[in-house]
Amino acid sequence: MQWTHEIDTWIVVIGVLCSLSCALLGNFLVLQRMSMMGDAISHAVLPGLAVAFLITGSRSSVAMLTGAVIAGLLTTLFTQWVQGFGKVDRGAAMGVVFTSLFAIGLVLIVQAADSIDLDPNCVLYGAIELAPLDDTLFFGSRVPRAVPLLALVLLVNAAVVALFYKELKISSFDPALATALGINANAMHYLLMVLVAVTAVASFEMIGSILVIAMLIVPAAAAHLLTDRLGAMIAVSLVFGAASAALGHLAAITVPPLLFTGVQDTTTSGMMVVVAGVLFGTTVLLAPRHGAISKAWHRWAFSLRMLKEDALGLLYRFEELPSPPGPVSIVTMLCHAKRTGPLLARLAVIRLLAEGKLQRQRNGYTLTAAGRDQAAGLIRAHRLWESYLVDRIALPADHVHRTAEGLEHITTESLAQALYERTGHPATDPHGKAIPNPDHKQN
Amino acid sequence: MKKAHAINRRGGAHRLGACALAAAALFTAPTPAWARTTQSITDTRVAWPTLSDLISVITLQGYNTRLVVLSTAMLGLAAGVIGSFLLLRKRSLMGDVLSHATLPGIAAAFMVMVAWGGGGKSLPGLLAGATVFALLGVGCVQLMDRHTRLKDDTAMGIVLSVYFGLGIALMGIVQSMPGGNKAGLESFIYGKTASMVFNDFVLIAGVACACSAVCLTFFKEFKLLCFDDGFAQSQGWPVHTLDLLMLILVTCVTVIGLQAVGLILVIALLITPPAAARFWTEDLRKLMAVSAVVGALSGWLGASVSALVPRMPAGAIIVIVAAALFVLSMVFGTARGVLVRARRRRRLDRRIARQHLLRAMFELNEQAPASHTGQTTTQRDASVTFRQLLAARSWNTRALKRLLNRARRAELIQPTPAGAYTLTEQGAAEAARHVRNHRLWEIYLITRADIAPNHVDRDADEVEHVLGTDMVAQLEQLVKLPLPKRAVPASPHG
Repeated sequence: MQWTHEIDTWIVVIGVLCSLSCALLGNFLVLQRMSMMGDAISHAVLPGLAVAFLITGSRSSVAMLTGAVIAGLLTTLFTQWVQGFGKVDRGAAMGVVFTSLFAIGLVLIVQAADSIDLDPNCVLYGAIELAPLDDTLFFGSRVPRAVPLLALVLLVNAAVVALFYKELKISSFDPALATALGINANAMHYLLMVLVAVTAVASFEMIGSILVIAMLIVPAAAAHLLTDRLGAMIAVSLVFGAASAALGHLAAITVPPLLFTGVQDTTTSGMMVVVAGVLFGTTVLLAPRHGAISKAWHRWAFSLRMLKEDALGLLYRFEELPSPPGPVSIVTMLCHAKRTGPLLARLAVIRLLAEGKLQRQRNGYTLTAAGRDQAAGLIRAHRLWESYLVDRIALPADHVHRTAEGLEHITTESLAQALYERTGHPATDPHGKAIPNPDHKQN
Repeated sequence: MKKAHAINRRGGAHRLGACALAAAALFTAPTPAWARTTQSITDTRVAWPTLSDLISVITLQGYNTRLVVLSTAMLGLAAGVIGSFLLLRKRSLMGDVLSHATLPGIAAAFMVMVAWGGGGKSLPGLLAGATVFALLGVGCVQLMDRHTRLKDDTAMGIVLSVYFGLGIALMGIVQSMPGGNKAGLESFIYGKTASMVFNDFVLIAGVACACSAVCLTFFKEFKLLCFDDGFAQSQGWPVHTLDLLMLILVTCVTVIGLQAVGLILVIALLITPPAAARFWTEDLRKLMAVSAVVGALSGWLGASVSALVPRMPAGAIIVIVAAALFVLSMVFGTARGVLVRARRRRRLDRRIARQHLLRAMFELNEQAPASHTGQTTTQRDASVTFRQLLAARSWNTRALKRLLNRARRAELIQPTPAGAYTLTEQGAAEAARHVRNHRLWEIYLITRADIAPNHVDRDADEVEHVLGTDMVAQLEQLVKLPLPKRAVPASPHG
C-alpha cells in the first residue's frame, strides 16, 4: 500500500462528498418506495447530457446540470403519464421510460462521438482516481475541480432538506395527510427528483452511473434497519455513507494485493460500493431490533417460553386426572405433544428446574408450588378463552382448543379477568373441566 | 501503479462531458465495418441507404445481417414471452436486477478459470458464472423482501447496485491480473450486436426456443401464479418452485441477451414488448403472442435500421423501435389504449348527460303549475324553456345547448314553436324510466339504509345510470311500492 497525500486524501474527500450528498437524499427515496426511481433517473440523465452538449457545444457544468435536471424531470413525468394514462404497473412504466431515454441518449451521443476524446471506462467505473489530477484554483489554493462542485451540491441538498424537513417528512410517511395539511406532495416529489438528478450527474463522473444508485440507497436502507426516527436515520445514513467512501478507498488499495499476487489495486468506486454492501449486510444480521439475528433470537426465545408454559400446563393437567400418574417424563411428552425437538424440550425443562417451578423425582418431574401457580394461571386463561369462544363467538366446543392453546400464552392477568367477567363467572369450561380461580383456591 | 498509467493514457484533464459521452463507446464498442465513418460532429448529414440496400437488408440477404437480425428477433421473441409473466407478476424490474447482477459472475468465472489454468474465456463458463450470480441476486432480493422491513424496491436497488459494484471491483482486479486473455470481457457486458458469429446465433436461438417451449409447457401453472398465487398455493401447487423456474427462465434470456445485445437492451426487451401488448388484449395467450411479435419486430426492425444507417448502435435502435411500438400501442391499443378508453369514457359521459337532461325535463314537467292538472299521463306535452333547464342543474349554457342538440337528433325531445322543448314519446318513456330508477334507489336508501331523505338525491344521481333490469326488479321487491307497474313514484324528498 502506498498513500500519497495529494492523491489519496483528495480521493477520500471526493468520495465522502459524493456519498454524503447521495445518502442524504436516499433516505427519502427509501421511505417513499422510490428506490428504483433513483436507478431510472441515473440512467435517464444521459439524453439530457447529450442534448445539452449538442445545443451548447460545450461541456460546461452548468449546461450539463441543466440538461440532467430536465431529463430527470422528464423521466418522472413520463413515468407518471405511462402509469396514469396507460394504466401500466409502476415498475414496468419506469422500465419502459428509462430504457427508452437511455437508448435515445446513446444514439445522440454516437452522433457526436467523433469530436470528443473518450475514455470508455469512466462512465461505468467512475474516474475518482483521476479526479485529484484535474485541479483548479479555489480561493487561492489548488484543489481538485470536483471538490467545490460536489461541496456545492452537498450544501444545496442539505439546505433543501433542512428547509423542507417537515414537508419532506410528512409527504414521505403519509402523502394524503400532507395534502390535507396543505403541503403540495407533488411539488415535494419533483423537488426531490431534481435534487436526485443533480446529485446523480455531479457524482456520476466520480463513482459511475450505476454505483450512484448504491450510494443513494444502501446507506439509507441500512440506517432504516437501525432506527425508527427520521432524524436519526439521516444521521446514521450519513455516517454509513462517509464510512463506505473512506474504507472503500482503503480497501481498494489494500485488499487485492492480499488476495492475488501481482495485483496492486482495484477500482475505488467499486470497492466503495462493496464496503457499503458489507456494512449493509452486517446491519441486516446484527441490527438490534430489525436485524436477522435479533429477530431469530426473539422468535427462539418466544418459542422456548411457550414450550416452558406448555410443560407446566401438561403437568397441571396430569395432576387433575382422577388418578394422577405421579412424576411424568415431561421431555418425551413435550416432544410428542408439541412436535418439538428433544434438545429444545430438554432446555425448557432445565430452565424450569432452575426457576424452581419443577421438581426432579426418581422417574420424572412434578410441579412445585410456584410452578403450580403459574400453570393454574395458564390453564385458567386457556379455559376462559374456550368459554368465551363458545359463549360469545358461538364456535362449536370441539373447535376451540387449538385457538385457546395459542391465546393462552399472550393473555395477561387483566385480560383473563375481563374474559371471566364477560363469560359470566363460569366455574367450568365448555368441556366441563374446572377453571382454576386464584381468588378461592382449592384447599 | 495504476494511477500513473491512467495519467499517461488520459493526459490528465478529464471532464464530465467526456465521461457521459464515453457511454456511447461502451455500447457500440465494436463498430461494424459498414457503419464506420469519419464524419465530424458538425457534419450531421445522414447517409440515406439506397433502395437496393434496403431490400437486401430487409430480406436478410447478407450473411452478417441475417445472423444479427435473426438473433435479435429470436431474442426479442423469447424475452417478449417470458416478459409477459414478469409484467403480470409485477416484477418487471427484476430483469433490471438480474442483468446487473451478472457482472460479478462473469468476473468471478473468469478468475476461477484462469486459476485453474485455462484461458478464462470459455463462453459456457462465463455464462454459467453469470447465471449463478443472477440467481444469487434474485435470492437476496427475496430474502430481504421477506425477512427485513425493507420494501421490494429498496431490496432490488440494493442488490442491483451492490452486485454491480462488486462486479466492477472484480473487473478492476481482473484487468491487472497476470495471465488469462481478458480482452473482450467487456464486450460480454455491453453486447456485440453487430459482430455476432454463427455460434452466438446458435446459442441465442437454442436458449430462446427452449425458454419459449418451457413457458408454453408450464402455461397453466404460470398463469395461475400470475393471477392468484394464494389460490395456487392453497391448491397445492409448488408455488416457490414455479416462481424459481420462472426466474431461471428470465435469467437465461437475460444472460444470452447480455452476451448478444447489451445490458440496457435486454432490460427493455423484457419490459417494453409485454407492456405494449397489454394495450391490445385482456387475454394472456394473446398477450404472449402479441408481446412475442412486438419483441421480434423490434429486434428485426432495429437491427435492420442499424445495418442501413451509419452510426446507429443496434442495441439502442432496437430499444427505440420497441419504445415507438409501445407509444403506438398506448395510443391506439384496442383493449386498453388511450383513445379507446377516452372514447368509452366520452360515450358514458354523454349517456349520463342525456339521462340527466331527460330527468330534469321530466321533473320540471311535474312541478309545472296546475294548467296541466288532470293530464298526468300527458305531462310530456308540457314544454320546458331553456332558462328553466339551465337552472335545473349546474351545467353551462354551451354544454346544455350541445346536449339539447344531440337529444333532438336522437329524437328524444322536440322544439316547440315558442322556442321551448317538449319530450317526444320515446324521450318521455326513457325519462320516466330513469326518474323511476332514481326514486326507487332513493326510497331504498331511505327505507332500507336509514339515510335521511335530504341526503339521498346525490347518491341516487350517480347510481341511476348503472341500474340494470335485475337490480331494478330487486329494488321493486325490496321497497314494495303501492303503485301500478311502471308508474313513477313521487319524489320522496319533495
